[in-house]
Amino acid sequence: MRTLDIKLFRDLVRLWAQALAIALVIAGGVSTVVLAVGSLRSLEETRIAYYERHQFADVFALVRRAPKTLLTQIAEIPGVAAVQGRIAKLALLDIPQFSEPATGLFISLPEDRQPALNRLYIRLGRMPEPGRGDEVVVTEGFAKAHAFRPGSHFAAILNGRKRDLVVVGIALSPEFIYAIGPGDRMPDERRFAIVWMSEKALASVYNLDGAFSSVILSLMRDASEGEVITRLDALLDRYGGQAAYGREDQTSHAFLEHGLDMLRNMSRTLPPIFLLVAAFLINVTLSRIVALEREQIGLLKALGYRNAAVAWHYIKFIVVIVTIGVVIGSAAGTWLGTFVTEMYGDFYRFPFRVFVQSSDVYVAAAALSLGAAIVGAVRALRDIVTLPPAVAMQPPAPPRFRRLLPANFAIRNVLSQPAVMMVRNISGHPIRAMFTIAGMSLATGILIASLFLNGTMEALIDVTYFLSDRQDATVSFVERRPLKAVNQIARLPGILAAEPFREVPVRIRNGNIDRRIMISGRPRDADLNRIIDTDLHPVVLPEAGLALSSWLVHILGTQVGDFVEIDLLEGRRRTVSLPVTALVEDYFGIQGMMHFDALARLMREAPAVNSVSVSLDANERDRFYDAIKSMPTVSGVALQRVSLANFRDALAVLVTTMANIYIGLAAVIAFGVVYNSARISLSERARELASLRVLGFTRGEVLRILLLELAVLTLLAQPPGWAIGYGLAWTLQTKMAGELMRTRLVVEHSTYVLASAMVIAAALFSALVVRRRINQLDLVTVLKTRD
Amino acid sequence: MADLVFSARALTKTYTSGETQVLALRALDLEIFAGEVVVLLGPSGSGKSTLLNIMGGLDHATSGQLFFRDQELTNLDDRGLTAYRRQHVGFVFQFYNLIPSLTAYENVALVTEISDHPMRPDEALALVGLEPRVHHFPAQLSGGEQQRVAIARAIAKRPDVLLCDEPTGALDSKTGIRVIEALLGINAQLGTTVLIITHNASIQDVADRVLFFADGQISRVHKNKARRTAAELVW
Ligand SMILES: Nc1ncnc2c1ncn2[C@@H]1O[C@H](COP(=O)(O)OP(=O)(O)O)[C@@H](O)[C@H]1O
Ligand SMILES: [Mg+2]
Repeated sequence: MRTLDIKLFRDLVRLWAQALAIALVIAGGVSTVVLAVGSLRSLEETRIAYYERHQFADVFALVRRAPKTLLTQIAEIPGVAAVQGRIAKLALLDIPQFSEPATGLFISLPEDRQPALNRLYIRLGRMPEPGRGDEVVVTEGFAKAHAFRPGSHFAAILNGRKRDLVVVGIALSPEFIYAIGPGDRMPDERRFAIVWMSEKALASVYNLDGAFSSVILSLMRDASEGEVITRLDALLDRYGGQAAYGREDQTSHAFLEHGLDMLRNMSRTLPPIFLLVAAFLINVTLSRIVALEREQIGLLKALGYRNAAVAWHYIKFIVVIVTIGVVIGSAAGTWLGTFVTEMYGDFYRFPFRVFVQSSDVYVAAAALSLGAAIVGAVRALRDIVTLPPAVAMQPPAPPRFRRLLPANFAIRNVLSQPAVMMVRNISGHPIRAMFTIAGMSLATGILIASLFLNGTMEALIDVTYFLSDRQDATVSFVERRPLKAVNQIARLPGILAAEPFREVPVRIRNGNIDRRIMISGRPRDADLNRIIDTDLHPVVLPEAGLALSSWLVHILGTQVGDFVEIDLLEGRRRTVSLPVTALVEDYFGIQGMMHFDALARLMREAPAVNSVSVSLDANERDRFYDAIKSMPTVSGVALQRVSLANFRDALAVLVTTMANIYIGLAAVIAFGVVYNSARISLSERARELASLRVLGFTRGEVLRILLLELAVLTLLAQPPGWAIGYGLAWTLQTKMAGELMRTRLVVEHSTYVLASAMVIAAALFSALVVRRRINQLDLVTVLKTRD
Repeated sequence: MADLVFSARALTKTYTSGETQVLALRALDLEIFAGEVVVLLGPSGSGKSTLLNIMGGLDHATSGQLFFRDQELTNLDDRGLTAYRRQHVGFVFQFYNLIPSLTAYENVALVTEISDHPMRPDEALALVGLEPRVHHFPAQLSGGEQQRVAIARAIAKRPDVLLCDEPTGALDSKTGIRVIEALLGINAQLGTTVLIITHNASIQDVADRVLFFADGQISRVHKNKARRTAAELVW
């Protein structure tokens, strides 16, 4: 078989451009899968390792003040593995040369050692020394934002008294991978810090000697989280405990999980689609390429080669191309996977990264590509090999052309001769035309599915930041305050409008489905914190009843008019039943909203607020900041403008980069498909086109026939491509939607246009190549042999 | 009497394409003997190629019987026909049908690699006078040279029969004579039975027998008293 292998090698060299284009299609499919699965597994393993090495807790609770002796009782709850009591307090920071108000979450450290749970990863410096009440460790993001190093100073207003602090260490913690300040939606590393300091010092500032205000637990493997939480709540109740919660309601974990979930859903949706599309395309392409070898196959058979030997020769040809594709795809996928893992790892500030080698993915992707390619080739081979060699060596019988229009309708009067030939050729090979159209519409489709994400994110920003939450800032209080606190804030310099905002944690239930959410109370005519319904209109809150995130209503399986059960988790715990009165269009978290007064009545309390939404006069901003910094009751100020910028930064990492990678790979696949279509249809018709040249047609005329066909097929492929793209986008959007974040499916017109433009550009490039080939068309040889 | 190589009885071939049926061979009877040179003459479309293809195991007959020695070819399946072609038949096609990506040498090697007692490829090429062109690709060879490569490819396996479908059809007279010369040489040296389809009536003089085709049947058989050499042909 040596000589056949020489032929194989020479054929590969001769068809290098096409072979490379096919290999790139395969590479595009393989690399998306390798990239997606590789980065996802690496990040998941990194998180597991991080959590384990740093003893991340499973259950979290806050109390007003509980004696440390209670910790022994907590440790005795069945299923509890370890307990850590600590002090956790929010306080405003005063940072040199930084006018905006910043907040610190102060957390106590046991003297002289790491805490049992939620251990710190010290990046730089050291833990505070025992007895040094001014030494603190701060989170890395905050330190970097202010260029703090060990030895830097800043101040904090702790329990109403300003205190100078010195940074001795810079740390990371599994508890604060995502650290979100009070009232804020996004992490803001400049203005929110976790500050760890000596327990003794914090206890004496807050009069918490021998007591704790926060408790965290780790559970045994087989423990029931729900039961532990119930017992813990019972123990803490007397001490002003707020409802305990598990990891899924822990902000950092939940946001990280959501980030990974988006990655997970992107990975489970786009790459398999890419791979399947690539598989389909190489299947069709290789089937056509093998079909072109019909005469050579017939000749080999005539010379006495067995069917199996002939088939094996072509399968080897395909194996080589697929192998090239798989190697390029695996290499690119591994590289991109590492890049994405690093990017996410940097974004989350993971102290280390675990890179998982996913050999099963390489094998599966390679097997699928190879399988699809071989099936495609074998399909063509079976048809040809079963022909008697005498038949195979003749060119395939020309299709029987039909009249498309009534005989008396002279088509050539309407269309030019090349156009007639083009129409005849398409209608004479309907299956071939269909596959070409299918290939190109899939290319358009996957481009749309990767392009739409950016537009959808803009729509989300629009609704969230410009329709719904229109305040400039949110001032949060350390504890709930009476309603008159709103007036106090309203009188501060620069305040144009102020609205009260009350938030109560509840458990909402319908049947056996429940969720822990916040119900916010807002004034009826709220103008800053507006409520937007699913038609994107602002709604006025009814006097009674509950407006719920439409996503929550969907989860609970209720509808407007139904009653849901609410366990109030603050103040006097009671269970009440409330009607759902409106559906809210929101994209972050799930929540309930009520009329401000109705919520106060429900809580059986005098109207109170947790925060105030304000609109600001930009010129007075600094004076406002100064005023806020001197208010001990304020725990922090969230700035909408900064939040949006941070949101965009996060999107840039979590969505845009991934989307761009997918766009790139989709473009590679699209290009490979279109290029191969053009090249193969040139080969398939080389004999016919050469005959035309012999008959006196000019190169230009021959080219026009071929390109007209390519153009018509490309254009015909666009509308189905848009439909496929919308379908894929819908699937992706549906799969990516979750309780923490979701989007509204928006596929902009420009997305369709861009996707089609990319496919058409690929077609134009292919046309240029085809033109060069037509110019080289060897009239005599083409008429005799096929190549 | 020499050994019978081929014998056909009521061999029939019908082509069906769409609603139209073409009777390419009509109950044809035929006998070919070992070592013969036979020329098939007849108008285009009279069934010559069809017969040659079936004799070479490249196509199936519709009905009737065809024997190669004692073996009934019309009974063989695809596998059996492949083995038959591999062991016994050498083909020369009108349009050479060389593999463009292989050199002359390699095109011959393609066959010698799968034969039992082949010549060396360069030996076969020497027989057709192509030693200096061994490492050229088909595109670098003239039509006559390409056809001689095809003949070298056909003879290299030392076949029992050499089937040639218009081997000179695309060639000028001088080159045509060289090709015929090569075929007769094989017949003389190896005793190979040679069948040649041609349009060129002057070639009939080199044959032992001439079969005249008309309308899917052999209308007449002419036996030459003496064979001419290729050099004596008047084109
Ligand atoms: N594959 C085919 N399909 C249909 N008809 C065919 C096919 N091959 C040959 N024919 C018809 O069979 C008849 C004999 O053809 P052929 O044997 O090639 O003639 P010759 O070689 O004598 O010119 C012709 O009428 C031809 O049109
Ligand atoms: Mg013929």
